[in-house]
Amino acid sequence: MDNIVWECENLSKKYGRKVALDGIDLQLEKGKIIGLLGPNGSGKSTLIKLSNGLLTPTRGKIRIDGHEIGVDTKKVVSYLPERTYLEDGLKVYQIVEQFQDFYEDFDASAAYDMLKDLKINPEARLRTLSKGTKEKVQLILVMSRKAKLYMLDEPIGGVDPAARDYILDTIIKNYNPEASIVISTHLIYDIETILEDVVFIREGKVLVHKSVDEIREEEGKSVDEYFREVFRC
Amino acid sequence: MAWEFDNDRPIYAQILEYIMMDIMSGKYRPGDKIPSVRELAQEASVNPNTMQKALTELERVGMVHTERTAGRYITEDLGMIQSAKYNIAKKYAADFIKKMKELGYSKSELNDLLDKHTELWEEEADG
Repeated sequence: MDNIVWECENLSKKYGRKVALDGIDLQLEKGKIIGLLGPNGSGKSTLIKLSNGLLTPTRGKIRIDGHEIGVDTKKVVSYLPERTYLEDGLKVYQIVEQFQDFYEDFDASAAYDMLKDLKINPEARLRTLSKGTKEKVQLILVMSRKAKLYMLDEPIGGVDPAARDYILDTIIKNYNPEASIVISTHLIYDIETILEDVVFIREGKVLVHKSVDEIREEEGKSVDEYFREVFRC
Repeated sequence: MAWEFDNDRPIYAQILEYIMMDIMSGKYRPGDKIPSVRELAQEASVNPNTMQKALTELERVGMVHTERTAGRYITEDLGMIQSAKYNIAKKYAADFIKKMKELGYSKSELNDLLDKHTELWEEEADG
């Protein structure tokens, strides 16, 4: 279908005997900011890693923009991993140059603008930056690509509230109706208003796939409250 | 500063109310151009599609209109703004009266109270 950017059919992933994803069928639409929500160990990161070719499915397939995972999908997916993979010894501008060499859709001037907004010196060596600042650099690089799908794995986990606001602002500012953004998190409260749709994952299965306003309308509560109820221990 | 939203209702409906209030309070005047969806979404810290939905609804009821590519404008129909204002005022009044009844106020006590307080209000306005 034309308005689907990401889809999977009967997708399963096992690590040995442990089932991380259990026969998922899911379609994500173009032009949406989607929250991938679930407690730790629910399968969120596995789903994102499968989408980026870092893992291969045990069963089933993922298609992104009509293609199976491979070179074609890597061109159109901008991925923010849970942990940084940037080389500590490099300076910020050198990493910007690497991204520019690596990705056709990378907009270096957008990256420098955002670095400036956050007062990050391009001459700084990565190892001299705080953990939070490194995360910001990585997010800036990921959001500076003109991708069709952004997959952000826990982008707000380790940052302070001011940086979190900037990140959300950056996501809204860079929003493009042709692209979708998938944000995995368990910190729903902070990002609920910028999401349009949410997918709840539990024990490797999709539990809920609805719009934020549908949940508020039907349940009379926020997605955050609803999530806490669904995942009550 | 992001806008504050209640938890128990759709966000688009609350955005709608925020913008309606801005129109009634005169922050936006009749015929004013309003910021783009993206700018408003950033200001409110909400999903741009949710903001779009609220503006589409305002357009449907005629409070704003789109000028082809030039953007969105507040209606110049003062009667419409007035009647929307009146409807909201009626709702506030009904809520207020309900609460006063619960407190055990009679109609004449309520009128006395209102007279006294509107006097204070006028003094404030004069001073």
